[in-house]
Amino acid sequence: MIIRIGLGSCGIAAGGLQVWDAVKEEIDLRGLDIHLEQTGCIGMCHHEPLLDIIYDDGKIITYGSVSPEMVKEIFSEEMTPVDKYIISTDDKPNDFLAGQVRVALRNCGVMDPESIDDYIKNGGYKAIGKVVSEMSPEQLIEEIKISGLRGRGGAGFPTWFKWNATRQEKNPDKYVVCNADEGDPGAFMDRSVLEGDPHSVIEGMAIAGFAIGAQTGIVYARAEYPLAIRRLEIAIKQAQDKGMLGKNIMGTSFCFDIAVKQGAGAFVCGEETALIASLEGERGMPRLKPPFPSQHGYWDKPTNINNVETFANVPWIINSGGSAFAAMGTEDSKGTKVFALAGRIKRGGLVEVPMGMSLRDIIFGLGGGIKDDKKFKAVQMGGPSGGCIPESLIDTPVDYQSIRNTGAFMGSGGMVVVDDTTCMVDLARYFLKFTQSESCGKCVQCRIGTKRMLEILERLCAGKGKTGDIELLLNLGNQIIEGSLCGLGQGAPNPVITTIKYFRHEYEAHINDKKCPAQQCKALITYHIDPDLCKGCGLCVKKCPVDCIAGEKKQPHVIESSKCIKCGTCLEVCPSKFGAVVVE
Amino acid sequence: MTCCCQGENNAGEKCTSSSIDLHLLEDVIGNYRGVEGSLISVLQKAQDIYGYLPISVLQHISDNMGVKRAKIYGVATFYTQFRLNPMGKYIILLCQGTACHVNGSEKIETALCDELKVKMGETTADGIFTLNEAACLGCCSLAPVMMINGRAYGPLTPDKARNIIREIYDREKESSREEVGA
Repeated sequence: MIIRIGLGSCGIAAGGLQVWDAVKEEIDLRGLDIHLEQTGCIGMCHHEPLLDIIYDDGKIITYGSVSPEMVKEIFSEEMTPVDKYIISTDDKPNDFLAGQVRVALRNCGVMDPESIDDYIKNGGYKAIGKVVSEMSPEQLIEEIKISGLRGRGGAGFPTWFKWNATRQEKNPDKYVVCNADEGDPGAFMDRSVLEGDPHSVIEGMAIAGFAIGAQTGIVYARAEYPLAIRRLEIAIKQAQDKGMLGKNIMGTSFCFDIAVKQGAGAFVCGEETALIASLEGERGMPRLKPPFPSQHGYWDKPTNINNVETFANVPWIINSGGSAFAAMGTEDSKGTKVFALAGRIKRGGLVEVPMGMSLRDIIFGLGGGIKDDKKFKAVQMGGPSGGCIPESLIDTPVDYQSIRNTGAFMGSGGMVVVDDTTCMVDLARYFLKFTQSESCGKCVQCRIGTKRMLEILERLCAGKGKTGDIELLLNLGNQIIEGSLCGLGQGAPNPVITTIKYFRHEYEAHINDKKCPAQQCKALITYHIDPDLCKGCGLCVKKCPVDCIAGEKKQPHVIESSKCIKCGTCLEVCPSKFGAVVVE
Repeated sequence: MTCCCQGENNAGEKCTSSSIDLHLLEDVIGNYRGVEGSLISVLQKAQDIYGYLPISVLQHISDNMGVKRAKIYGVATFYTQFRLNPMGKYIILLCQGTACHVNGSEKIETALCDELKVKMGETTADGIFTLNEAACLGCCSLAPVMMINGRAYGPLTPDKARNIIREIYDREKESSREEVGA
């Protein structure tokens, strides 16, 4: 019997290590012959910590939201399934898992990421073996072309084209770079892949190295992902020891090795040329393209840069054939894509689905709909360079072009769902604050334009909006798009432009009526207590952080507006049967 | 060259360049001298040693690695990971990601600032906590999230966040008492 515990960053944050200790204690106490192993994130972040029991006959049951107390109960039942805690089984997967097709995430959450033997047992390193012994680089690139794989990091550039362009370069010193600088707030698939299945990324990079004729790979990883970096480094060491990396891989003349470089916290370094500058130890500022990195990249050498998820797909494509990958998805967006579902959603986590599935199926089908059964308002896709897609477009199929047509952007696949408690002007302000502080400062329009846009949005949220502000925002936005060198600047106005496009009435309410329809902008709302509904229970008085609520016990209370910081605590603590706190 | 904090750091203690042991850098500089493009790695290792990048350390790196001071300062101030001022023993990174934002990270910020009596980016007077923000910690389904010295906590409520801080404070007091006792 095997017990498997999800110890990705999210599993650990939810208490996975405590569950691990409790299981270990029970096994030791009872002297049981159970193999305990860790795994990465299976994507069901809303059920963490997760515990799988794999019975000797192969049956798997999954327990969710496990606590050390639950562990005791499971063991005291002598490992017979405790139905009330089971969230999924291998023969009857739950709704969240059943609708998925897992390619990039095929090993995440089902094997020990720190064990190369587990990876090999699951078919790992078979693809690189096939490539080096049976294929020519040209055949390999052709196979990737057949698969239709496009870059999963954002722009969606055909992978085979990049590989081929780098291969064509005469310079014999070439590099393969893995972009693991996942910076989009709301996206965490690269972290999960690196934490849950680092070997597939290593194998994908080695295959790319063979295709383009490179001997050196570099992973540029975010310093904010310490666990991902640790597991990747362990995996590289294991691969080197097994001869999957290094000189003469699998007894052939192909040599390839990988080093990890940590980023130092700059969103703009997700852009290829800025990433290269950062790898070279410089300030991470982008430069004009062309020349492309495939011609002049790292140390001016031909360099092929792909994203983590792109590389993770590659071994599967080689093993199953490019046409099997191309059989999934739509005409111009082949295969599957991983999405990070987050925000105001019931079942948040990572889902991998064939391209072309509708937003509705992803959000309401897999994601289970909106938290607290509130009303769906929009989904934000593509991070700070992306946009908001409103309810009227929820049947949009998720592929590169259809998403583009809405004004949003596939990006790395972050989907942040918002409900009617989110103010769209405030959301636009939030994104502008992000891009403004992350602008590297090279292009004037981006450096100064984002600052001015942010000031206008802050003004709107503070109730000081003026007639003409919307037009000013659009005008500035268009200038920033035209005058910026890289994706950060070109995408920065998108959250504003799309929210104006679909939620113009909210902007107008802020400007003309000085009202925030979502009741989120503090300057535009007031809290007061309805004397007819207040029973004087005193809960709000106790919890108010600034002591601005007064009133005798069992008598209606009053909020002193001048002292109120509008934190909303009184609204939260007022028992729902009274509902006496009113926001206007 | 004087220390960046001009004799006084955030914690209110005296701080002079002479209190920084530059010998600790020898291995790092030895390993990376002559390695092109290694400046960021050197600064990361230096920060691991000292907890921040004192100006005297930047000067030392410049003198020994043949990189101009201006360039080192440029890189050190470009990336959010690098800090030119001393940090607390525990570094709190409050996630500012989209999922955290729409799930109320602002309230967590208010609670943390109130509990620690600091503003975002500051260190507590006793040097135990520094409160910083992070773009996104990638634990979006646990939003709102914070990370303290590499460990993520979520989903937070203002009360939960306060309790986590109090627990660490209590542990700190306990261990300092033990040290005094020993």
